[in-house]
Amino acid sequence: MIEIRIHGRGGQGNVAAAELLANAAFKDGKYAQAFPSFGAERIGAPVQAFVRIDHKPIRTREEVRQPGYLIVQDRYLIDTVPVLDGLKPDGLVIVNADTCPEDLQLKTTATVATIPATEIALEIIGKPIPNVIMIGAFCSITGLVSLEAVQRAIREKFPGKMGENNVAALERAHEIMQKGKGQPC
Amino acid sequence: MLKYLEGSHAVSQVVAMCRPQVISAYPITPQTHIVEDLARLVSEGRLDAEFINVESEFSAASVILGASAAGARAYTTTTSQGLLLMTEVLYCIAGMRLPIVLTCTNRAISAPLNIWNDQQDSMTVRDAGWIQVYAEDNQEAADLHIQAFKIAEQTNLPVMVCMDGFILTHAFEPVDIPEPQEVDAFLPAFKPQHIVDPRWPRALGLYADPRFYMETRYILHRALEKSEDVIKQVSADFSRAFGRPSGGLIRTYKLENADLVIVTMGSVAGTVKDLIDALEEEGKQVGLLQIGSFRPFPKQAIYRALKDKMNIVVLEKAVSLGRGGILASDVRWSFPRGERKGRVISSFIAGLGGRNISTDSLREMVERVCLEPVELDFLGLNKEIIAERDL
Repeated sequence: MIEIRIHGRGGQGNVAAAELLANAAFKDGKYAQAFPSFGAERIGAPVQAFVRIDHKPIRTREEVRQPGYLIVQDRYLIDTVPVLDGLKPDGLVIVNADTCPEDLQLKTTATVATIPATEIALEIIGKPIPNVIMIGAFCSITGLVSLEAVQRAIREKFPGKMGENNVAALERAHEIMQKGKGQPC
Repeated sequence: MLKYLEGSHAVSQVVAMCRPQVISAYPITPQTHIVEDLARLVSEGRLDAEFINVESEFSAASVILGASAAGARAYTTTTSQGLLLMTEVLYCIAGMRLPIVLTCTNRAISAPLNIWNDQQDSMTVRDAGWIQVYAEDNQEAADLHIQAFKIAEQTNLPVMVCMDGFILTHAFEPVDIPEPQEVDAFLPAFKPQHIVDPRWPRALGLYADPRFYMETRYILHRALEKSEDVIKQVSADFSRAFGRPSGGLIRTYKLENADLVIVTMGSVAGTVKDLIDALEEEGKQVGLLQIGSFRPFPKQAIYRALKDKMNIVVLEKAVSLGRGGILASDVRWSFPRGERKGRVISSFIAGLGGRNISTDSLREMVERVCLEPVELDFLGLNKEIIAERDL
């Protein structure tokens, strides 16, 4: 079973990111579960959301405590929330940051990747909501969920211009990650 | 058709297919998405129902009481403080034998304020005379609503469908959403038996002095007991019609060869099943008895399932303060006189106010009850927080 934990702040589309990723996995023909863990229910408060993907029905309801994959939508959360807790030693953490992975100096043996998702979001979507770019980076690095399925999930959730902008942002994230790394060092 | 959607959305779609004629509800977390969806369906003309806006849950319950008494299929949904605010009306609805369906998106009770999941809300109104059924996942949450209207209308008893707040209501997962005509075939239009109508004046729930009141309570009690047969029958009919098991009084998982049985209800059953599989690989035989219907309490079915089991642990998300486990008490009393002897029935309270019930904590519970009986304990307490208090 693939377990993903998404960290962000209220307003960054954390729950939507989990929903889109799980929906895309479902469209890829897998079983998927997504659920949030709300904090104070306000913009800016730390939020977690969880995704599970498996080839058989998913029964467990516990929070994801030992994720193989972490998506961190706000790099400054790392200083205030124990974001890395439970991350598998051979796992992957993707951080929304305009620096190279080494500069984050994360205390983990897991692979660290970065992508300047907020900048990309501002440029393409016009709003500082990094979620689809983070999903794009995840799909691009891991290949666990198809980009095509994410595109369909995005268009379903956000019909019209907003959906197309988000699809464009997703594709940009993919291009950047395919070039080798999110940010030149 | 298998769809990927949020639990609340699955429930509102299926409730709409049950064609309620009157809906009244007051939004409250984590029930909000259900009532928003239904309001939208009515306003867009996709659901032919009266959606009556109110200023409180007390009024929502009162509106559907009146609507049901006038012969309408009526529905509401609430949780936590909202359910408690309805309490007075909930007793009236049951006493008047009105077949209303209510979704309780289970949430903790104040104070302190907490919006997260446990089952203290519905457990607190367990004696109101409502049938209470508990969903394991979003498929069952959706399916139970179709069954609930049928059970309610066959028994003239109100039915509360309980689903864990956030854990189910806000979880996205695949749910097989039936076609409207399938639901129509299973759930015929509501034919009320007693209607309040000015053309033919009659009264409901008016006044019963000491010569009559006790009989009304006895009759209601017996009606709830007898509803066990209807719950079982509707569950069997549903499974035949829709091709999947759902509902019923109790369900079991790997019970037959189990040396230890975990008894629980609601969404934590899924986590327990995964643990049971893991323990089986390690050579430990643990089984699950899942309560589908908490009221009526199926004590005979429970006794039959557990009569050869000497080590039982009850896991629940509510507590009778000053007493202990509510479900545990009911399970302990399911054994006839003399049959309790030598049997260990441990009791654990878990997951209050949204505390995560981890597989690790459940594993610790299993290891403990394999060593000694546990009269009552709270799973996963933070000892540092309670250490400073004089206990």
